[in-house]
Amino acid sequence: MDEPRDEPRDEPRDESVDLPVDGDASAPPQAPPPAPQDAGAGGNGNGDDDGVIRTRALTKRYRGGQLAVDGLDLTVPAGSVFGFLGPNGSGKTTTIRMLMGLIEPTSGTARVLGQSMPRHARTVLPHVGALIEGPALYGFLSGRDNLLRQDAADPTADPRTRRSRVAAALDRVGLTAAAGKKARAYSLGMKQRLGLAAALLQPRRLLVLDEPTNGLDPQGMREIRTLVRELASDGTTVFLSSHLLDEIEQVCTHAAVMARGRLLTQGPVADLAAGARGRLVVTTPDPAEAARVLKEQGVGDVVADGDRVTGEPPERDLADVNAALVTAGVRARGFGIERASLEDAFVALTGEGFDVAG
Amino acid sequence: MSRAEPTAKTATTAKTATTATAAETATTGQAGPTGTAPAATAPGGTGGVGAARTLWTLGLLRSELVTTFRRWRTLALLAVLAAVPVLVGVAVRIETGGGGGPHGGGGGEGPAFIAQITNNGLFLVFTALAATLPVFLPLAVGVVAGDTIAGEASAGTLRYLLVAPAGRTRLLLTKYATVTAFCLAATFVVAVSALVVGALLFPLGDLTTISGTRIGFGEGLARALLIALVVAASLLGLAALGLFVSTLTNSGVAAMATTVGLVITAQILDQIPQLHAIQPYLFPHYWLSFADLMREPVYWDGLVKNLELQALYAAVFGSAAWARFTTKDITA
Repeated sequence: MDEPRDEPRDEPRDESVDLPVDGDASAPPQAPPPAPQDAGAGGNGNGDDDGVIRTRALTKRYRGGQLAVDGLDLTVPAGSVFGFLGPNGSGKTTTIRMLMGLIEPTSGTARVLGQSMPRHARTVLPHVGALIEGPALYGFLSGRDNLLRQDAADPTADPRTRRSRVAAALDRVGLTAAAGKKARAYSLGMKQRLGLAAALLQPRRLLVLDEPTNGLDPQGMREIRTLVRELASDGTTVFLSSHLLDEIEQVCTHAAVMARGRLLTQGPVADLAAGARGRLVVTTPDPAEAARVLKEQGVGDVVADGDRVTGEPPERDLADVNAALVTAGVRARGFGIERASLEDAFVALTGEGFDVAG
Repeated sequence: MSRAEPTAKTATTAKTATTATAAETATTGQAGPTGTAPAATAPGGTGGVGAARTLWTLGLLRSELVTTFRRWRTLALLAVLAAVPVLVGVAVRIETGGGGGPHGGGGGEGPAFIAQITNNGLFLVFTALAATLPVFLPLAVGVVAGDTIAGEASAGTLRYLLVAPAGRTRLLLTKYATVTAFCLAATFVVAVSALVVGALLFPLGDLTTISGTRIGFGEGLARALLIALVVAASLLGLAALGLFVSTLTNSGVAAMATTVGLVITAQILDQIPQLHAIQPYLFPHYWLSFADLMREPVYWDGLVKNLELQALYAAVFGSAAWARFTTKDITA
């Protein structure tokens, strides 16, 4: 179960070492940079086999000697909604800052939209919308003026369309009514929306959203999810970091998991969740009896919690297990396999919950 | 306005041109239709493109100026500066208003030219500038300059400006230009306020220079303007110093306090006779040389030395700020 998950990570690395992997030479990274770059400059972000984001052995060691990111090989496919998971302090934000050219890597390379990153920031970043570590606003300016300033900072942004683009971005995040208010009077949710609006000032090929639903109410979270899906369906690649696993599960097509500066896994979300096995769940008014029968039937790790008895499903047909329960006179209200969540996969990978890394 | 259309066209050409160049550097030799099209339009469009580019680039400067001068803090600083000439003017007026002659003031103490104010209100401009240059003006400039980068960093807005992407060099130049504008604005607020108060409270007319010759009021006004410009220029070294300090920290308050502290330290060092060897290199050392513009003929030595020193500070600390800021990890 673990091998297919590792494949997308290992494949390109092998290619860069010994070039032609005969049949599947779809993406030799060095040889023809023209092809992906050409497609990148013209098209809407699809077609780079290179990945919209691609890091190789990316490492950052801070001056204190602390290793924040350790040999990261990340590949974000074009058109994906990519979830970037990890506990606090696992190096997610440092990675994002390196991708955005804010921090110089200690070693390794980062390519965004096909170009190496700190160096080509001026050509790459106009195509990238970003929300990094929460919104940051000028409290003494109105929401609209904040966006106007942000847009003025982009030398490729056309000043003649500035007002209309700002208005459109405000409308998109539902802030039109509050646009004239001073940003210091905004709630955290409104600030978050304004930060998102700043990322949407221009059509982008890549959106980097760090914890975009932080501080939003459930309604706001749903709106952001819808927005992300909309953007993704327009062909924008979305790179989404979050600590909310179910959010990643609902929105993302791909995901990567980081812990203590290292990449644990990456790949399609379906594969990741499939990696962790589901659990057999029996809902019953006779939990003690049920647990006994299940153990007899070869169910491992049986846990009784109130009227729920869960365990590792056995190899044999579950129908037999059910029949055994009936024969033993155990009354069951529910019987079935609960699909493994990404959280299960995460816990299986890291062997820990979402604690702050030490 | 008839120009608007062509500019719009060249602007779009500019965009295509950049993307094409980016693609071209990669696809060396692949002269596709995308490669030739911009080349064909280039001769006609280059000038327009350049102009459009410059305008777009200046958008950040405009935004920066508007943002700076709309802040309450900036306005409060300017208000305090405007109040200084009012205080001096009213004080002199009260002291001499009781009927004492022009020499009724208190001896030769106080800022330069203060004794002449009662004869001619224009002297209030010189007095006010002489009174604010050692303390109020540098404090105000220290606050604004210290806040430039560090203030954005502590608010977190720096990272968003940089991913916009503002460009680090462009942002730094914009910030320095804005501080320069503030130096000018601050100086002119003092000068204009002093001129208005002087005109209201005292007679205007021909004035006597330090050398004893008389010059007309028009000439006097011209010299006042020149002095204001020199005073503003005197602050540019400090502005660069503040900008450099601002790149060293992520705390706006710390940068402002450090810059203001440096102003005070430099002034103290400038007062200690034993340190005469280093004094010519302290940025406030020649500040009061602007009074030499009121001599006839003008005595240029100190003025030139002052401007040279300011240029040296701007070059040294401007470069240091650039070196620091362009290589710094932005973690705020």
